[in-house]
Amino acid sequence: MSGFKIMQLSGAEIVVRCLQEEGIEHVFGYPGGAVLFLYDELFKQDKVKHVLVRHEQAAVHAADAYARSTDKVGVALVTSGPGVTNAITGIATAYMDSIPMVILAGQVPTHAIGEDAFQECDTVGITRPCVKHNFLVKDVKDLALTIKKAFYIAATGRPGPVVVDIPKDLTTHKTDFVYPKTVSMRSYNPVVKGHAGQIKKAVKLLLEAKRPMIYTGGGVILGNASAELAQFVRMIGFPCTNTLMGLGGFPATDKHFLGMLGMHGTYEANMAMQHCDVLLAVGARFDDRVIGNPKHFSEQPRKIVHIDIDPASISKRVKVDVPVVGNVRDVLKELIRQLVAARGGPDKEALKAWWKQIELWRGRDCLKYDHSSAIIKPQFVVEKLYEITKGDAYITSDVGQHQMWAAQFYKFDKPRRWINSGGLGTMGVGLPYAMGVQMAHPKATVACVTGEASIQMCIQELSTCKQYRLPVKLVNLNNRYMGMVRQWQEFFHGNRYAESYMDALPDFVKLAESYGHVGMRIDKPADVEPALKEAFSRKKDLVFLDFITDQTENVFPMVPGGKGLSEMILV
Amino acid sequence: MRHIISVLLENEAGALSRVAGLFSARGYNIESLTVAPTEDATLSRMTIVTSGSDDIIEQINKQLNKLIDVVKVVDLSEGDHIERELMLVKVRAVGKDREEMKRLADIFRGRIIDVTDKDYTIELTGPGSKLDAFLKAIDPTAILETVRTGASGIGRGDRVLKV
Repeated sequence: MSGFKIMQLSGAEIVVRCLQEEGIEHVFGYPGGAVLFLYDELFKQDKVKHVLVRHEQAAVHAADAYARSTDKVGVALVTSGPGVTNAITGIATAYMDSIPMVILAGQVPTHAIGEDAFQECDTVGITRPCVKHNFLVKDVKDLALTIKKAFYIAATGRPGPVVVDIPKDLTTHKTDFVYPKTVSMRSYNPVVKGHAGQIKKAVKLLLEAKRPMIYTGGGVILGNASAELAQFVRMIGFPCTNTLMGLGGFPATDKHFLGMLGMHGTYEANMAMQHCDVLLAVGARFDDRVIGNPKHFSEQPRKIVHIDIDPASISKRVKVDVPVVGNVRDVLKELIRQLVAARGGPDKEALKAWWKQIELWRGRDCLKYDHSSAIIKPQFVVEKLYEITKGDAYITSDVGQHQMWAAQFYKFDKPRRWINSGGLGTMGVGLPYAMGVQMAHPKATVACVTGEASIQMCIQELSTCKQYRLPVKLVNLNNRYMGMVRQWQEFFHGNRYAESYMDALPDFVKLAESYGHVGMRIDKPADVEPALKEAFSRKKDLVFLDFITDQTENVFPMVPGGKGLSEMILV
Repeated sequence: MRHIISVLLENEAGALSRVAGLFSARGYNIESLTVAPTEDATLSRMTIVTSGSDDIIEQINKQLNKLIDVVKVVDLSEGDHIERELMLVKVRAVGKDREEMKRLADIFRGRIIDVTDKDYTIELTGPGSKLDAFLKAIDPTAILETVRTGASGIGRGDRVLKV
């Protein structure tokens, strides 16, 4: 072979070499029978570090958060059968939020597939509905190219998790190893550049607007377009709101920012969304938690421009007037270029009147709560967390009331700082997410805002945190209820709190201590700030802060399920 | 409205289940689905007959295109096209019915491809409506068994679906 040195490697060696070639530094996983040869190869090198979790679900969550906080592809490694089924929640979570990931799964040997072998499951079949794509490798000769394709598919277009299922016998078979530099697939050619003609139409519509609104989602974060978005919004002077997934895509402390919109969005964001006449949607998908009832939303006449990399997200729930398919960053750059080139700016008078209306809405102060309470208010804890971390921490969260309060009260000025499960709404992600973020950013401040119900869903990872000395701070808003379930039961089920009370809670302080961490219980408002200060001054320790909060506090505003955006329940 | 959609996809294991899974996961209808490799053995061609509002059909097209194994998608019903379906019918053919059955098969340009002293197996090709019409024309109690392939479709004239 002319000039190329080709080596015969085993499948296991090939997998590890592929990871090295991809520049992967961390793999989150859990060993088992089908992946023993892979682990043996990982053991023999130190370029790719393996992080041993305590449950495969956490491996996938941690790799997912690693990807969310860095824009690298997250990698998880699990064994066959239960290793894969345990990973499913993590994979589905990443899929719903379009997170680039590669999950390497062991499989029983090729000859045993289909025989109901020990620890066998149909990995490709079971993961198919919750992956961007998956592969079962049947020949060691295909292994390197398949892994290359997996990374390519995961990271390009609308990102997503890709599963590679590797039978055990392949990891011992040998073949020539060449890692392809590039890969092209006739069946997969994601669109990147937006159509210039469509962008021209968009500019025209935006400049004609009397009551414009900009609504952006996770696509801005994933597409690394927040700088372009900020430039565009400030140039044109329109109000901007972010979805839960889009927080940090636009600086929360900017005067153009109306806060998050949606089911627990601010009054001003939801009202402006409902009453605007031209809406620019960027990397967002008009989902049910964002616009409420689509019929009610569409009753108000407005023109919609929708920029998204995924054509299937456009006109899915809401009819769009000007679709622009493309990478949001490239499209925003072109939008800015055309806006500069266009003669005249937006209608200044109309915009002034619109802002006046928005300020009236803002004046409702929809996030107000009782500051004089003798019981700790959860919102107060998040406000203090924001102050003490100077708004510069990575915040992960679980799912429920605490997640909404974190989203409402922690002002994210930077992208990739807010790490949560938006689409699937997976309780239990918070702690493994914090692990993944801390692994990716060893020096950064990482806090997990959680609740006593969510945290128990992956509590075993306190052990992983000890092993790798991950000094994450757990902010447990402990109200002894599954708070969001309780809130719905209070509002819609006649105060019948069916199974939402968490009886027999552990002593979280002792629990943290038993894992070798620091635990603190805080039950007075006056102690909140000192406790947080102390916790964050312990740079090397994981601190579990158990805040005993008001049991009856609710998240406001709230758009009840099936209602329209302007039909909010206010405090 | 009824739509007939042609899909070119990689001839890979599991490609069919991705399409079938997409339809069931998103609640789309499948009236029929046929698939076989093309003259290029690396590609399969699938014909899906489905129904839904314009919005649903638009989503079906987009979602099919989103599948990594899918190379091309064409909604044949957007233009002139031809549809054919194959049906095999086993019918009771005794006594005076035997002659009548032969006559009806001839009228529908069907062919009798298997004969015993008690029954015929008739092969019929055509648009689905023609096959339906044949089944209506014969005595329903005479039908022992039917098997249909579902529609295959192709564009008329220079409408060509190729990579």
